[in-house]
Amino acid sequence: MSIWKQVIGLGSGLAFGLGLAVSGMADPAKVLGFLDIFGAWDPSLAGVMASAIPVTFVFYRLARGRDESLTGASFPSPPSQVVDRSLILGSLIFGIGWGLVGLCPGPALEALVFDGRALIFVAAMAVGMLAYKGLARITA
Amino acid sequence: MDIFAIPHLHDLGQAALGGVLIGVAAGGLLLGNGRIAGISGLFASLIGRWRTTWKEDLLFLVGLPLGGLVFRAWHGEFHLLLPASPWVLVAAGLLVGFGTRMANGCTSGHSVCGLARLSRRSLIATLVFMAAAMATVAGMKAL
Repeated sequence: MSIWKQVIGLGSGLAFGLGLAVSGMADPAKVLGFLDIFGAWDPSLAGVMASAIPVTFVFYRLARGRDESLTGASFPSPPSQVVDRSLILGSLIFGIGWGLVGLCPGPALEALVFDGRALIFVAAMAVGMLAYKGLARITA
Repeated sequence: MDIFAIPHLHDLGQAALGGVLIGVAAGGLLLGNGRIAGISGLFASLIGRWRTTWKEDLLFLVGLPLGGLVFRAWHGEFHLLLPASPWVLVAAGLLVGFGTRMANGCTSGHSVCGLARLSRRSLIATLVFMAAAMATVAGMKAL
């Protein structure tokens, strides 16, 4: 049923956004404090990954025992294990951008309703994505 | 000993609680819709060629700020400190957009979903972007 897919989509997005806010991940100042390992380091955000990963893992295990999702969608194929240059270089570039402001994509989208200037970041992010797509097409 | 005197302990509890919500959301999206909760990937698919799943993907992204509004309604405030310079926002946004597409994932897709799927790629990506972000913060302070 398509309506259930939409309910699950909106519900999980809302829970994800709430989780980002509760944890402190949605606050760039908090994120920069976590990244500032040589300064006044605030390690508390490590707790986000420490709890999010095992909880996600349990759901993913439940999914493994099924042929399709609860709404009848197919599951994605197992992750690729290939570590290539674009993974390393792309992560490096993303990390620099993340460290500049303390915003990664989820908190940036969440910030849109709280500060209009977040739109500058999100618009630039969209341009960056399209630029990579264009570049990949040229070099392919 | 007053355990609340330990710096960041309260924040660690909040972080862990938020992480549980993120885990339920990411896990629920896969179990329910068969989708990986990779925010950069979902966003990119909506500014590119739309998949048949575009409606539920878009609703997931719309849910993110709604979650923030629920938090503010309950908590009373929402901390958000953005840099004064719009050019810093432009530079950071460009790098985040370009880099997450090149690496095929960001903090949500690699550090939560990818690690929960025991992906070696996601482990390497997480280590690299964390190190790069930490070096950037240290470098910006040194300037």
